[in-house]
Amino acid sequence: MIKHKYMILRRLTQVGLLVLYFGANAWGWKVLIGNLSASKFLEKIPLADPYAVLQMSVAGAALASDVIIGAIIITVLYALIGGRAFCSWVCPINMVTDAANWLRRKLRMNQVAKKPPVYRDARYWILALSLILSYLLGVAAFEFVSPISMVHRGIVFGLGFGWAAALSVFLFDLFILKNGWCGYVCPLGGFYSTIGRFSLIRVTHDAEKCTECMHCKEVCPEHQVLHMIGKESLPVLSGECTNCARCIEVCNDDALNFHIRSFAKQSKKEK
Amino acid sequence: MKNDAGNDRRKFLLTMARDVGLLAFGGLIWSAYVDEAVANKLALRPPGALKGKDFLTTCIKCGMCVEACPYDTLKLASPGENIPIGTPYFEPRETPCYMCPDIPCVPACPTGALDKESVSTDGKLDIYKADMGVAIVDEKNCIAFWGIQCDACYRACPVMDKALYLEYDKNERTGKHAFLKPIVDPDYCTGCGMCEHACVTEKPAIIVRPRELVMGEVGTHYVKGWDKKDEQRLESAKEIKTVTPRSEKKAVDTLNDMGGLLDD
Ligand code: SF4
Ligand code: SF4
Ligand code: SF4
Ligand code: SF4
Ligand code: SF4
Repeated sequence: MIKHKYMILRRLTQVGLLVLYFGANAWGWKVLIGNLSASKFLEKIPLADPYAVLQMSVAGAALASDVIIGAIIITVLYALIGGRAFCSWVCPINMVTDAANWLRRKLRMNQVAKKPPVYRDARYWILALSLILSYLLGVAAFEFVSPISMVHRGIVFGLGFGWAAALSVFLFDLFILKNGWCGYVCPLGGFYSTIGRFSLIRVTHDAEKCTECMHCKEVCPEHQVLHMIGKESLPVLSGECTNCARCIEVCNDDALNFHIRSFAKQSKKEK
Repeated sequence: MKNDAGNDRRKFLLTMARDVGLLAFGGLIWSAYVDEAVANKLALRPPGALKGKDFLTTCIKCGMCVEACPYDTLKLASPGENIPIGTPYFEPRETPCYMCPDIPCVPACPTGALDKESVSTDGKLDIYKADMGVAIVDEKNCIAFWGIQCDACYRACPVMDKALYLEYDKNERTGKHAFLKPIVDPDYCTGCGMCEHACVTEKPAIIVRPRELVMGEVGTHYVKGWDKKDEQRLESAKEIKTVTPRSEKKAVDTLNDMGGLLDD
């Protein structure tokens, strides 16, 4: 039970947010109106997807202040708690890719699969490309293809063929590339990686307690960020870490834990 | 040694060329798709929506307008509906816009894609300024044009007698009855679609389409000489001058030029 504490918490936030959004549309709840692109919290506080707002600005939109303030609020929030906390705690696609990953492990797919190529930077190129295309086409380019919004909007407002988007991501992750969508392709993840580079909440490794069982690397969707395992006592500094805390949960030796960044640094100095 | 360095450089350049190529390939497919996706201009937008592409540029697809509409008129386009994905629209035959006096959908918009200014008079919201589209009557299938009394659309119109009025005409076929023909005046029609919703024919004989699709444009060749306002249109007109060997001289000079015929 305890082994899945964070996982359960994450599922609760992911589903809880969906329920709040859904309730706003279906039954007129007022907690969280709108969707992940832009919303209103408690009828007062505007929230907006900063990546969408960035694309729209590049595309030449003259935006009202509400959505700009909303984007700033969200940016600050994720800059503090770790940009890709969005990925593991909010994004609905996370449940799809986690399911694909789980099935991969059950089917022992990873043993037949080739070692994945190291194009993890592709997402940053796609991110840049999305901005160039937004500029050239005059509309937010990723917002027209994003499976994230299709699935999320679909759940809140009616799905249409939105399930096809979820299925594509599922199949891609299951058969083509482990953590393929989130770990290589998704520019929103890339965007949040960039924002979260200097965030305060960090997973920190204690090499002295580590028995090098590598359970953590097995479950980590971005295992390259755990390069220090068993070697050095370091915080995970890469913005690509999603703060999903799966590594913390699977570690039997208490060698991984959340820390506030400044503390992590201090304790290092003290040594 | 030297060869190795050359090979490395070659490899590096080739890898880079491949990456750039892949990126360009992806970009082309991506932009072709987006271009196609934004091409459909048939959708009717909520009141106050920015015109044309500006709306697609500015709408963040949050659906807050949809949630604000008390009549469930508005919907967000989902994949497969062939309307730019995620954008709000309505289908009047199903649910028209009831033209709420307080237009709740417009202030709900966080981006300004629904522009308050465009539906306000003297700083107050005014739904009669909305321009969601224009109604058009199919005179072949409107039963009023057959001589059967109907006027369902006329009575449904919230801008009755201005946007939609009845024109009386003699029915020559019977010799003793009148036509009561519904006529739309696009100057007043808001495109709410109440008429399309109310029309009694199986497939509506009066439908609403976005204004830019329905209305023509005169250009600068014709002008209402009796209307000062209409003449202002010409201020933006530009002179077009075509020069041919003949027009180099003035017309009179060309006519007077006898080409040396009268020379002795
Ligand atoms: S990488 Fe993209 S799809 Fe994956 S969880 Fe993050 S935002 Fe969602
Ligand atoms: S004016 Fe009223 S009925 Fe019409 S779209 Fe807006 S909220 Fe809905
Ligand atoms: S409220 Fe504005 S931004 Fe949101 S979906 Fe409606 S028009 Fe688009
Ligand atoms: S759309 Fe029809 S009902 Fe609405 S204002 Fe125009 S003519 Fe009247
Ligand atoms: S309701 Fe339909 S059939 Fe009747 S007058 Fe209007 S357009 Fe014609």
